[in-house]
Amino acid sequence: MIEYVSKMALPVGEEFHIMKNRLTPDMLTGKEKRISIVTGTHGDELEGQYVCYELLRRIKENQKHLTGIVDVYPALNPLGVDTINRGMPLFDLDMNRIFPGDANGTMAETVAADIIDDLKGSDLCIDIHASNIFLKEISQIRINEISKEKLVPLAKRLNIDYIWVHSTATVLESTLAYSLNDIGTPTLVVEMGVGMRITKEYGNQLVDGIFVAMKDLGIWDGEVIEPKEPIISKDGNVHFLNAAVSGIFVTKASHCKELQKGEHIGNIVNPLTGMVLQKIYSPCNGLLFTLREYPVVNEGALVGRILERKV
Amino acid sequence: MNRRILFEMNSVYRDSFRVAGYVFGHGEKSACIIGAMRGNEIQQLYICSQLVKRLSEIENAGGIKKGKSVMVVPCCNNYSMNVGKRFWPSDNTDINRMYPGYHLGETTQRIAAGIFEEIKDYQIGLQFASNYISGKFLPHVKIMETGFEDLEMAKTFDFPYVILRKPKPYDTTTLNYNWQIWETKAFSLYTASTDAIDKETAILAEKATLAFLAKQNIIEYNHKDIYDTKVLCENDMIPVKSDVSGIFLPEKGHDDLVSKGDILANIVDPYEGHVIRQITAPCKGRIFFVQDKTLLLSNALVYRIIKED
Repeated sequence: MIEYVSKMALPVGEEFHIMKNRLTPDMLTGKEKRISIVTGTHGDELEGQYVCYELLRRIKENQKHLTGIVDVYPALNPLGVDTINRGMPLFDLDMNRIFPGDANGTMAETVAADIIDDLKGSDLCIDIHASNIFLKEISQIRINEISKEKLVPLAKRLNIDYIWVHSTATVLESTLAYSLNDIGTPTLVVEMGVGMRITKEYGNQLVDGIFVAMKDLGIWDGEVIEPKEPIISKDGNVHFLNAAVSGIFVTKASHCKELQKGEHIGNIVNPLTGMVLQKIYSPCNGLLFTLREYPVVNEGALVGRILERKV
Repeated sequence: MNRRILFEMNSVYRDSFRVAGYVFGHGEKSACIIGAMRGNEIQQLYICSQLVKRLSEIENAGGIKKGKSVMVVPCCNNYSMNVGKRFWPSDNTDINRMYPGYHLGETTQRIAAGIFEEIKDYQIGLQFASNYISGKFLPHVKIMETGFEDLEMAKTFDFPYVILRKPKPYDTTTLNYNWQIWETKAFSLYTASTDAIDKETAILAEKATLAFLAKQNIIEYNHKDIYDTKVLCENDMIPVKSDVSGIFLPEKGHDDLVSKGDILANIVDPYEGHVIRQITAPCKGRIFFVQDKTLLLSNALVYRIIKED
């Protein structure tokens, strides 16, 4: 059933609204567990669109196995999705930096408060992101260090490739995931693929994992896969590769490849002079889990991240 | 006057990105003044350009105190300014949400780190800032309550108001917050406008800044204060919101005195032309802020009023 999570009038003849689709078993007992799938906080991240579609499609094909509540929120920032904007049009701050919102605040803060109000109490929330337009990521879950005891076991069931336990940062206290975890709603942040695109293989992989989590929670009693064992790491094992010069990044290595120390990842070139400005090599043996997709780089731009693997 | 390049970054097709600082006097790093951090902060750029001009005259007349120095950085983001964008041209990130920066990080983290390295050791830091909600303000000095804020020093600005703000998580990466964490006495200065020049408050800011520097014994400058500066907590002001969207037609502007019930603005139906809501003053007071968007979103903050008895 399609429901409205938040709605308000826009200035000229249009209603702003955030919608969700709630699927329930045919017979409700009132004791059902609830899983919430949210995406589209950043309007240029579209990987979650396919996940929402595919999840709903598979559930509807086997509705008899649904034993709990599934809430799907495909676009928390519908104006951003429509205008290919990462943020909310007409609002300066990143939408994922204003949670838990404020019912008496600006339109964006009111919307954020409505979203939290609707999501709280879920037995599991999965917040799907897609890197950005610049970088391609393998399927991964990022967990704040303070929540790792509770969230890592849940994340391991989602059939993703990698779990990154990262350090805390004050600025991240205003994300949707932090705010929900803070009020006792376990929330996992998925990053995968690349902005403005859909990578079906990642989408299908995650949907398989969501069914596993649903079965664990008692929301699904159909067949599920055995989830893959993800790599788990902390910040110290991750090497960041940043451009030392501005130019055009031309890739040599493939994304998601195991690299040897010294292996060539790519060049930053100058098309005006025909010169190679920087050759980028792997600083260690490891997995190239982030790789730049968008070729134009300014000095400092991230071109890749490698998860170091001990030989 | 000594013009220095504080940070430089090459581009593949554009002229190099440079952040320039103008240093007056010699000796201890007494005060640093930062202008435009975003590409639309034209008023902030203009005020700093006037300060460079005036401090140059003061220095030529021997008016910088011995052993003291002042640096003015009129613009930290000319790349965005020259292409009409508020944030960084390629990835839309905000330099003022990247402090203290990271030398090995992404582009705007590096810019922030490069600037911060040059300015973090100043005893006093002033930033001409703009708010994330666009509109016209009464001139004020804003300080964040970090435990290192200096309210008494803030009151020595000849500005009508000092506003105290409790920092939110997203404030922790601003220059003001990080200056304070690094033990610089930091003050954000707000005048009436951002995208366009408001000459009256630009002159007020220029004079108040020079007078402040004189009171801190950094320069010689004659000035007679005109304001009895009032201190307010940001949350003490009365917010006035619109519960409807539409065309915003203000009847009252910033600095207007209003009585309870006065009509502040009309919200007009964009198709049928009639007034769908009259926004009225909830109390007697002075208008501190009025938003400046013609098309109004519902729940938008439209006014802030300083309540008066």
